[in-house]
Amino acid sequence: MANQFQSSMPIYLQLVDNFKQRIVSGELKAGSKLESVRDLAISFEVNPNTMQRALAELERDGLLYADRTIGRFITDNKELIIQMREAVAQEIIEEFVRKMNNLGFTNQESMELIRKKTEEGCENERTE
Amino acid sequence: MNAQNNSQDMNMLKSTQEIKINNDSNNTAALVNISALTKKYGGKAALSNVSLTLNPGHIVGLLGPNGSGKTTLIKILTGVIRDYSGTVKVDGDDIGPSTKALISYLPDNAYFSSWMRPLDMVALFKDFYSDFDENKCLKMLKRLGLNENQKIKSMSKGTIEKFQLCLVMSRNARLYVLDEPIGGVDPAARDFILDTILTNYSENSTIFMSTHLISDVERIFDSVFFLKEGEIVLEGNIDNIRAKEGKSIDELFREVFKC
Repeated sequence: MANQFQSSMPIYLQLVDNFKQRIVSGELKAGSKLESVRDLAISFEVNPNTMQRALAELERDGLLYADRTIGRFITDNKELIIQMREAVAQEIIEEFVRKMNNLGFTNQESMELIRKKTEEGCENERTE
Repeated sequence: MNAQNNSQDMNMLKSTQEIKINNDSNNTAALVNISALTKKYGGKAALSNVSLTLNPGHIVGLLGPNGSGKTTLIKILTGVIRDYSGTVKVDGDDIGPSTKALISYLPDNAYFSSWMRPLDMVALFKDFYSDFDENKCLKMLKRLGLNENQKIKSMSKGTIEKFQLCLVMSRNARLYVLDEPIGGVDPAARDFILDTILTNYSENSTIFMSTHLISDVERIFDSVFFLKEGEIVLEGNIDNIRAKEGKSIDELFREVFKC
């Protein structure tokens, strides 16, 4: 992760995205406990206050909750996670459409390309 | 005459400091207060009218190209340079023995005698500093894989830098002042050093670190000061700067200091 930060965006927002991604994908399990701020800061090689800021943001979104004595947890609100997953998907689609439009493709042409690609079988497709 | 002026300034500063404390949203007293600091070498100003405040619990970067005054500022803060104008306070006190006791300082060059081995330095630090944590230091040296009995002068430059950082970070100081801690090390050693800094960070202490290798380290800072030809030209929280400028601190640095 250390060198995956983009230059143009605040680091704490990139951390928020990273956690969001891993929560909605199920890599971080609903209801599980999070490492301490210090340990997370060390493993991401970021300032502890920056990490704190990212976690506070995720708490505001409801994806994390803090228990003063025991620590921080991933929400066990499955519905919220599903909602958030859809929101992330929307963002990806919007970005895709915007980039395709910038390249001069109409939405219909983009759809056609996606259909063709998925019929060929995407290399990254998940095996069910 | 100078001394008289100083004591007057001190009283004035005390009252402004108190106002500052009350205004601070975190309600924390500043650890370092520098105001109107000027230092001249002959006719040439190395620092002109520098003012800055450091609060506890932060990792702060002092950034600037070679010759911008970083080391001069650090030497004044740590009491190595004593002739300057302006006020420099650490924990409310003028620079002196009491402030030196609060500061753990990593200078920009090594100060070991040719006969010394790591264990000699550990003993010296234990003798010198009541806040030195010998166990912590020995653990760090072990992690580093350092031979405690190898003569320091026979070590590589990078190893010496890592060793020196271990010594400095093993003190339970209020303020760590690190002058170019990643100046001459390879990427793996750089990771060790950043890791050591982050591991030893605490909410009560502050780390003030100068560097010109920004892209490697900018993400461990809360805030940064840009020093250009002896003046602070930019300061702020790094994520606020990134949000405002739409670029990394490193990119901004290259822009501000373009030759």
